[in-house]
Amino acid sequence: MLSIIARRFAGLLLTLTVMSAAVFVVMEVVPGDPAAIQLGTSARPDTLAALRASMGLDQPALVRYLAWVGGMLHGDFGTSFTYGVPVAGLIAERLAVTLPLAVMAIVLSTLIAIPLGVLAAARHGKAADYGATLFAQLCLAVPNFWIGLLLIVVFAVGLGWFPAGGFPGWSAGIGASLKALLLPALALALPQSAVLARVMRAAVLDVMGEEFVATARAKGLTRRATLWRHVVPNALVPVVTILGLQFSFLIAGAVLVENVFVLPGLGRLAFQALAQRDLLVIRDVVMFLAALVVVVNFLVDMAYLVLDPRLRGRT
Amino acid sequence: MLSVSDLSIALGPPGMPSPQVVRDVSFHLAAGRTLGIVGESGAGKSVLLRALIGLLPDGMRASGTVAFEGRDLLRLSEADMCRVRGARIGMIFQEPMSALNPARRVGEQIAEGIRWHRGVPAAAARAEALRLLERVRIPDAGRRIDAFPHELSGGQRQRVGIAIALATRPALLLADEPTTALDVTVQAEILDLFDELVAELGVALVIVSHDFGVIARIADDTLVMKDGARVEAGGTADVLRAPGHPYTQRLLAAMPRRAAVPRSSGVAPAEEAPLLQLRGITRDYPVGPTPLWGRREKLRALDGVDLDVPVGSIFGIVGESGSGKSTLARIAMALERPTAGRVQFAGEDLFALPERDLRLRRRQFQMVFQDPYGSLDPRVRIGRTIAEPLDLLPDVPHGAEREKLVAQTLESVGLKAEDARRFPHQFSGGQRQRIAIARAIITRPRLVIADEAVSALDVSVQAQILDLLRELRDSHGITIAFITHNLAVLQAIADHVAVMNRGRIVEAGPARAIFDAPREAYTRRLLAAQPVITAGGRGSRSIPPSPSLPAG
Amino acid sequence: MSAALRRLPLLLGGLLTATILGISLLSLVWTPETPTRMRFALKLRPPLAQGLLGTDHFGRDVVSMLMAGAWNSLSIAGLAVLLGASVGTLLGLTAAARGGLLDSLLMRLADILFAFPAVLSAIMLGALMGPGALTAIIAIGVFMVPVFARVTRSAAVQVWARDYVLAARAAGKGASRITLEHVLPNVSGQIIVQVALQFGLAVLTEAGLSFLGLGVAPPAPTWGRMLADAQTYLSAAPHLALVPGIAIGLTVLGFNLLGDGLRDLLDPRRGGG
Repeated sequence: MLSIIARRFAGLLLTLTVMSAAVFVVMEVVPGDPAAIQLGTSARPDTLAALRASMGLDQPALVRYLAWVGGMLHGDFGTSFTYGVPVAGLIAERLAVTLPLAVMAIVLSTLIAIPLGVLAAARHGKAADYGATLFAQLCLAVPNFWIGLLLIVVFAVGLGWFPAGGFPGWSAGIGASLKALLLPALALALPQSAVLARVMRAAVLDVMGEEFVATARAKGLTRRATLWRHVVPNALVPVVTILGLQFSFLIAGAVLVENVFVLPGLGRLAFQALAQRDLLVIRDVVMFLAALVVVVNFLVDMAYLVLDPRLRGRT
Repeated sequence: MLSVSDLSIALGPPGMPSPQVVRDVSFHLAAGRTLGIVGESGAGKSVLLRALIGLLPDGMRASGTVAFEGRDLLRLSEADMCRVRGARIGMIFQEPMSALNPARRVGEQIAEGIRWHRGVPAAAARAEALRLLERVRIPDAGRRIDAFPHELSGGQRQRVGIAIALATRPALLLADEPTTALDVTVQAEILDLFDELVAELGVALVIVSHDFGVIARIADDTLVMKDGARVEAGGTADVLRAPGHPYTQRLLAAMPRRAAVPRSSGVAPAEEAPLLQLRGITRDYPVGPTPLWGRREKLRALDGVDLDVPVGSIFGIVGESGSGKSTLARIAMALERPTAGRVQFAGEDLFALPERDLRLRRRQFQMVFQDPYGSLDPRVRIGRTIAEPLDLLPDVPHGAEREKLVAQTLESVGLKAEDARRFPHQFSGGQRQRIAIARAIITRPRLVIADEAVSALDVSVQAQILDLLRELRDSHGITIAFITHNLAVLQAIADHVAVMNRGRIVEAGPARAIFDAPREAYTRRLLAAQPVITAGGRGSRSIPPSPSLPAG
Repeated sequence: MSAALRRLPLLLGGLLTATILGISLLSLVWTPETPTRMRFALKLRPPLAQGLLGTDHFGRDVVSMLMAGAWNSLSIAGLAVLLGASVGTLLGLTAAARGGLLDSLLMRLADILFAFPAVLSAIMLGALMGPGALTAIIAIGVFMVPVFARVTRSAAVQVWARDYVLAARAAGKGASRITLEHVLPNVSGQIIVQVALQFGLAVLTEAGLSFLGLGVAPPAPTWGRMLADAQTYLSAAPHLALVPGIAIGLTVLGFNLLGDGLRDLLDPRRGGG
């Protein structure tokens, strides 16, 4: 058990190293001098040289890579050219919006998806199944930022129940902040829940075909008891996998939805950095978000060990 | 106690003309008696068992009456049926791995039924579960009660399955092919356990099997089914001694029987050099994850195997699961390199040959696989599949010549030349196995290795394929290495036999010697465990105890 | 469930994708108005008041923009899927055929690629190459490589475990011939299903990128940019936000249904939707 965790952790470190190298190389190889891009075409050569020196661009690539990674490990992500503040602080501040948003979206999507998937599978081939399938197909087909727009039209512009966008900040109180995050989280959660519900339905149907379900029924357990005691726990395993894999899409969705709702999160930060050509911030935010995806998948792997005892035995 | 009359099971919604899976089956069963239901695939025997406990697959419905303890089970409400299921009737399934919930400890799974029906506290249910585990003879039950199913062996899992079925002291046990997935020695132990339970607890047992040997060994009464209908029924001894129906006679005749067929007279004299010679074959597989440092653990699948396959013989290799027999086949075919050892074919060391020369030799040895569904590419026409090895010939035949060879080969295995244009899914399992044999013999090889080539087939089809293999030896002089877990099949066909266990050859020699006077304890155990049909009905059920082997 | 009902997704999906493909091709030769023509006098007209679906804030005809947007969306999605599917399939087949270290290396690489959602790589690429069609295609396509690599590999590994592959090896065939003759034909169905499903995802992602201004450069109309523009007029002209979203939804729905339908067709064990 311990050796599995150690192994996976070593794999995680390796992945992060390769990822950081990849991000670094992309920012390096693709044509364009970060300093020149930052200053625009009208920059004077001596200003450019000064900026290059201050960004450390005059040093060899390997030195800069090591300095970058070393800095990140110490929590030093460099200084943003647009904001003139350390990128680390910027990320931390924006993470305080994006992370709760992502967590809310995951919680919401699971709350919708699991009952829906179980219901559809239990009523396989009946009206409820078709209804759930239709709902899932529709949610899967539309972009989450469009769902966001619709939610704004209905609940903010139309009914006026929620703010159309913006974030009051956690200092303004948890209630107001959560209220500001609810619509964006819902916009993110609906397509996610469609994916999860489909997986849950398929998994429940699969497990219902297993012989141990017949064993449970042969013990005299009712259909309902068999479903909740034996089928659902086993069907959750693939759902957790998908939850991990979907995290990558969730992050992508957050970039879009944050822009729709004008939320000061990491996605919006990356987008603004792009508009302002703040390459340092782009590089660090991209690296941070990609690392987040990998770490979440690592945690999902660990969750497996809890859900599926068969994996624990292998040492 | 159980009285079934005119039980029919139809597929499809009520009120519509629908195909019947089971037609008008009736039987009676008293407490303390065992009824065996035997039939080939498609006989409807498993569905019938499911109907008794009210767990038919969706879309099927039963009619007739199932009278049990004074009630007609077919007319009970679902809620009432839940009070009968598990409480009065217990069921045991075929696949002991998939019949247990992989995520729950076995103790909980046994205790669940006890708590559900009797509402006893958890501790009492656990104590009862422990008692049951001991009753079904799980060694070290106190520790195993907290094991997960994957931590147990196949035989132990099936014992847990039986414990679950027994948990609430039912009056009737239903067992659906309970030993089919098990090795033959484990099967014998489980059948003994059934015998004991029936005798001691006075339960009635209905056991379904495709294997007449199993039924003959355990059942007091036998019901033979074919295509959903009853063919014949009666006391097992009577049915075996004087089968009344032609189908039963065919079924019994098709059972591979001891010395039913004279052995090859054309066996080469022993002086001639063996065609295939294995020396010191060892094969290790890395298992488990790669550790952060050091080497991965090794599993030794083969451990110093020596074997001589004489020219022109049928050489049987028998072993239970995990004995390494399939690995041996792949190594003998030079498809996989051994960790150590030599494979000599017709005097040449195959693994010492350069890749190109090895390719040229390949036409002399070909292979037939177990699963007739997996061994043919579903997207390739039969003609092309069979012709595949022709590219190994020194001058590759093309066009009409190739087609002629394919047609001839198809006919020599009992198929038609036109079949070359068809796809695998258009053939039955037996026909597919003929196709696989055609592919193996089209290059006129000297050696064919058949790995469990008849194990996936019904017995009557099995007999036909065995006849075909025998013919290949007699008329084409092809040497056949026949690998199987089924001793009975070897008894019918092999000239020489090698017994494998855990990667080693336990004993090898002429078939007659092995079967008549086995020297090794493992061979004797294997022979004793084999369900044998004798005219007297319930066969021998004593097994020489062997402390060297762990309980199943 | 009746056979007709089971075929419904396939039929509906085929019909939807064919229609949208037809419309996008039509837009190359004909649209009701020139989609980029601005008519400030006619701006923000509601549906039916000017053209079938009204006009946007520059007075451009919404129907014409939708039609031209369909072409932009489908061509970018198509090229991205082509990139992802061809590279991914090649990697997957190689990994399955070779196994061992190469296999684990390729799959680890696929994992790493997968951690960069297309929107993130587009932001990164956009910063250095400038936004545009190529940026979008590469960003989406690269993200799809691991998806196709995984699907192909897992399907191919199953084929490699089959006895007919062993028989082909006994017939002296090498890894590349076996891959071509036995593996590829038997995994192609699953790859085609994945192409349909990923096409839908690519359309969604393209819409997201052009919503952020990372797609095809203006003035070429894209569904995503239409939505971005509509954001400003949510209360004045909500239909501007509604219509492109429905277009995206119908397109993606079409491809998803097509993919699901093909999957059911190829694998009869999976009933229902």
